[in-house]
Amino acid sequence: MKYLPLLFKNIVRKKTRLILTIGSFAIALFLFGILAIVNNSFNGALNSMAGVDRLMVQNRVSIIQPVPEAYKEKIEQISGVKSVTYANWFGAYYQDEKNFFPQYAIDEEGYRQMYPEFKVSDAEWKAFLDDREGVVIGEKTAQRYGFKVGDRVPLTGVLWSPEHSWSFNVRGIYHADKPDEDTSQFWLHWKLFDERRSFGKGTVGWYIVRIDNPANAVRISKEIDTMFANSSTETKTQTEKEMLAGWAKQTGNIGLMITIIGSIVFFTLLLVIGNTMAMSIRERFRELAVLKAIGYTDTFVLTFVIAESLLVALIGVIMGLALMALCLPWIEAKLGGILQFVFLPTEKAIEGVILILFIAFLAGIIPAINASRLRVVDAIRRV
Amino acid sequence: MVRVDGNGTDSLIKVRGLDKTYKRGGEDVHVLQGLNLDVARGEFVAFMGPSGSGKTTLLNLLGGLDLPTAGSITVAGDEVSRMSGSKLTTWRARHVGFVFQMYNLIPVLTAFQNVELPLLLTGLSKAQRKQHVETALALVGLEHRSRHYPRQLSGGQEQRVGIARAIVADPTFLLCDEPTGDLDRKSADEILTLIEQLNREHGKTILMVTHDPLAAEHAHSLLHMDKGVLVERAKIGEVQ
Repeated sequence: MKYLPLLFKNIVRKKTRLILTIGSFAIALFLFGILAIVNNSFNGALNSMAGVDRLMVQNRVSIIQPVPEAYKEKIEQISGVKSVTYANWFGAYYQDEKNFFPQYAIDEEGYRQMYPEFKVSDAEWKAFLDDREGVVIGEKTAQRYGFKVGDRVPLTGVLWSPEHSWSFNVRGIYHADKPDEDTSQFWLHWKLFDERRSFGKGTVGWYIVRIDNPANAVRISKEIDTMFANSSTETKTQTEKEMLAGWAKQTGNIGLMITIIGSIVFFTLLLVIGNTMAMSIRERFRELAVLKAIGYTDTFVLTFVIAESLLVALIGVIMGLALMALCLPWIEAKLGGILQFVFLPTEKAIEGVILILFIAFLAGIIPAINASRLRVVDAIRRV
Repeated sequence: MVRVDGNGTDSLIKVRGLDKTYKRGGEDVHVLQGLNLDVARGEFVAFMGPSGSGKTTLLNLLGGLDLPTAGSITVAGDEVSRMSGSKLTTWRARHVGFVFQMYNLIPVLTAFQNVELPLLLTGLSKAQRKQHVETALALVGLEHRSRHYPRQLSGGQEQRVGIARAIVADPTFLLCDEPTGDLDRKSADEILTLIEQLNREHGKTILMVTHDPLAAEHAHSLLHMDKGVLVERAKIGEVQ
């Protein structure tokens, strides 16, 4: 503690350089955070383990191809299957085409039980069931558009019966305990959807199957697909997690891209900060030599220089996190729902902080070693 | 008592057969050759001699900043010339006070903080350190400038802070390398008076390198150095 004033005074001696160095750390952490958010957004659902005991049954050709309604009863007969529900993509927009959020026509009887992670009160659920034009909306979408229970929400259909004016009554708002759960969905009654659609009757978009044990997932998936093999509509069954992973892969290897970009940024940061630290220490060789002359050890000088680098990085980290906290709401608003999980997971934030501090350590270690090896007589020239 | 014949006893500083050789351009340069020196406690010795005669090298060796090629240096019973790097650093902190020609203060620290630097290495409490620093600054007449930074002080005042830093931990002896080399005559006289006062009133043993005969007059003994060999010139007063 008694060396802190010396440490602080040393780092603030060149204010412009300090600001730029802190800025480099802060921006690097900010960028890391943004990349982590993008990655998390694409893979957020994968990170949740909620879907390991749920299977998704879709048309073998593509998720946009339907599956017969009649399959439900057959799937329910398979050993290990606890319950089956279904849903269909609705695909409409609110007021303007850019106001996009996922809408599903859901099986009112089974959907809520299938997704216990989505919390909706009994009273609101009952109100939803009692109103055939009722809908339940995730809190994120509700917040984004200011929807409240009791509001009338008009949507313009794109896929299904665009000629119809689809208007719904908000009867409930669902919440989730974890930030990486998707609370942007919009659920409407299957019955209403099925009545009004002009084609595709007798089919569903996909089935969701709850199984008794995740260990049976492979067997049950195989049984389902075998059951419908060689039929007019063959199926592809996989865990919910696998399906989401497959979807994420369709958008490209986001993780790899992020790793490459992040690596380049951090490597550049290492070079820049390393050079800055080396310059800073070179300018102070004489002062460090004086410290050594009056009794400060080589180890002290080594530790001191590294501590300086870490202290600057730490300030940069705090600035970076503050910048992120300030900018995230604005970024989320600007993205308009393109990304679903615009938040920085705690473990990613910790990872970023550790990475920045590690870079600061690496940047400081060579100048620190040079400083600690400094020969006093050479640096001072004369005693 | 100061002797250069190697026959001194009970000296604070005892140097025997000191050699220092540097490699320069593949050739050996013998800076010090078989040098003997005895300095008693409480002495004030001035070293004079032409540039390159080995004065600074001798001071570096006496201060534990460098190691000899051969020979021994013993200070207050500790054989400095055989100490390892870290032990030597600790020894320096306890026994040597350095006064540099260019003052070598840390520019981002106040006078108080500069003087406090050697004390941070000790186990003294903050209050004790404060007391020691204030005493040292009062001794050099700068207690009223303790919050000033080096850039806010004159050259003479900076050197006073440098002296305060050198004495604050109460070292066994002071090594002064051209302490007035960068000062005008008036400031130089003030600094020399201060150094003399530290010797006379506080019993500090002082070894000073200088080119200035007037500065050397303040010392008890003058040693002339030429080509790595010491010669006791005379008592002060005979210098000029």
